[in-house]
Amino acid sequence: MMNAPLSAPTLIIGVGNRWRRDDGAGPAAAEALAALDLEGVRVLETGGGGADLLDLWQGATRVILIDAASGPPAGTVHRFDARQQHLPAALFGASSHAFGVAQTVELGRTLDCLPPCLTVYALAGRDFAHGEGLSPEAATAALALVAEIVQELGA
Amino acid sequence: MSMSRTIKVDALARVEGEGALTVTVRKGELKDVQFRIFEPPRFFEGFLRGRRYAEAPDITARICGICPVAYQMSSVHAMENAFGVTVDGPLRELRRLIYCGEWIESHALHVYMLHAPDFLGFEDAIRMAHKHPDAVKRGLRLKKAGNDIVTLLGGREIHPINVRVGGFYRVPAKREWMQLIEELKWAREAAVETVLWTGQFDFPDFEQDYEFVALRHPDEYPFNEGHIASNKGLDIEVRDFERHFEEEHVARSTALHAVRKTAGSGRQPYHVGPLARYALNFDKLSPLAQETAKAAGLRSVCNNPFQSIVVRSVETLYAVDEALRILENYEEPDRPYVPVTPRASTGYGASEAPRGLLYHRYEVDADGTILSACIVPPTAQNQKTVERDLWNFIPSRLDLSKEELTWQCEQAIRNYDPCISCSAHFLRLELRKS
Repeated sequence: MMNAPLSAPTLIIGVGNRWRRDDGAGPAAAEALAALDLEGVRVLETGGGGADLLDLWQGATRVILIDAASGPPAGTVHRFDARQQHLPAALFGASSHAFGVAQTVELGRTLDCLPPCLTVYALAGRDFAHGEGLSPEAATAALALVAEIVQELGA
Repeated sequence: MSMSRTIKVDALARVEGEGALTVTVRKGELKDVQFRIFEPPRFFEGFLRGRRYAEAPDITARICGICPVAYQMSSVHAMENAFGVTVDGPLRELRRLIYCGEWIESHALHVYMLHAPDFLGFEDAIRMAHKHPDAVKRGLRLKKAGNDIVTLLGGREIHPINVRVGGFYRVPAKREWMQLIEELKWAREAAVETVLWTGQFDFPDFEQDYEFVALRHPDEYPFNEGHIASNKGLDIEVRDFERHFEEEHVARSTALHAVRKTAGSGRQPYHVGPLARYALNFDKLSPLAQETAKAAGLRSVCNNPFQSIVVRSVETLYAVDEALRILENYEEPDRPYVPVTPRASTGYGASEAPRGLLYHRYEVDADGTILSACIVPPTAQNQKTVERDLWNFIPSRLDLSKEELTWQCEQAIRNYDPCISCSAHFLRLELRKS
């Protein structure tokens, strides 16, 4: 999924696994944002494991990550300015990979390779079983988040 | 030591996926070890039924975010076996190349981010990066060199989509490789440093008598092709895998445990992965990889699972070396894929995922619809061996503090780089002492 040149100043990354139901909330929101074809915005999807984010955001000035989170209530969206705040690892426990978003951001902070502007959205899911499709709570929250991000980008 | 003690850890850190380990000790004696994986009810095998044969590479690539290429390769080889198609020449070389990329990124991630902190006494790579930033940066750059190969050949950064039955949808032009060759020359030096660096770590004295099982090919270190061989006399065609190996249900787990069926000794655990490949194929490593392995203190067979970090580093070096060989000799193929005509048949494929042998079998009807699928991932095959290692490892360490013993058990499991996300998520560890 890619809708702007590699040099685009804003990068949106949807993190998660579409085959684990609500873990796919990040990719679903990212797909909706890609469909809007916003000027100067590049959109990617990743499983989020293995510290790949450090490669993906290289060269981007503004990065927005959207990941699924664990813990009730489902549909809650947390927003973090990751340049200013540490990410609570427990919230991102829904990752299927031990080296997930929170750890990768903290490793990037330690090695001084975070993007200049990094916003992380964590969307609380309810159902992380194998299968496709979001729970109603996650789907509704993902749509609302898309609108919020569009507004934040001033598009 | 108190008579009754329970140690419980919510998650085993730095293991990709989920599962659980329970260790039970009574009156100072080890009574039980249960390594469990919460495997879903064969979700992907069921999902494949009724799908077109051509969808298998992209669907199975979704099983694991760390080793999608392995799933693609085993599936395309199984389909080509079913349809009587052979892929050779430059297309075969490109398949080896994309596999090199996956080994480099997967091994570099495990060696630097997940396993090295154990040996250097850090809780995780973030804390290790405070003290050893240059080593962590080297690991990340090495990993990225592997990512770059997969990206260029796989079509995008994550979840490669360019692999198809018969070859690729598109093959890159030679000029697209030039920048990558320069980076891989750096990576070769970095990989040599990695072998020598890990070779200096302290390893527990823990030699085990394993049955190593891996592909073996007459001319090359195995990625995609070869016989399935072992150090105890096995030498079979891939299609005979299920005659010699069996997945059995274990009451305490929803996962299937793989065993080797033997005539004399019943059902035995066996070992797949870097140690097995290395033991069976040392002579097929590049001269630089062999020489560097020896310089790091390895012999041609390594029976200590804790030294798997060194063997993984040697395989990383081999993969960089092999990628450079392929790139420097690359001639663009006439066409990106060999045409395939479906027929009613059963196809078998096995390739060497970073974590070990990955077996696929598909039954396909005359128009190419998948009737049944069987996928045996490497972590499932190693489960019994992990348990046996712990049975042998724990008794001499029962006087350790619970924190120290828990950590050492985690480290013993991490020796296998278990990609439990292939089948399930999050490893929980419980140590019961009473």
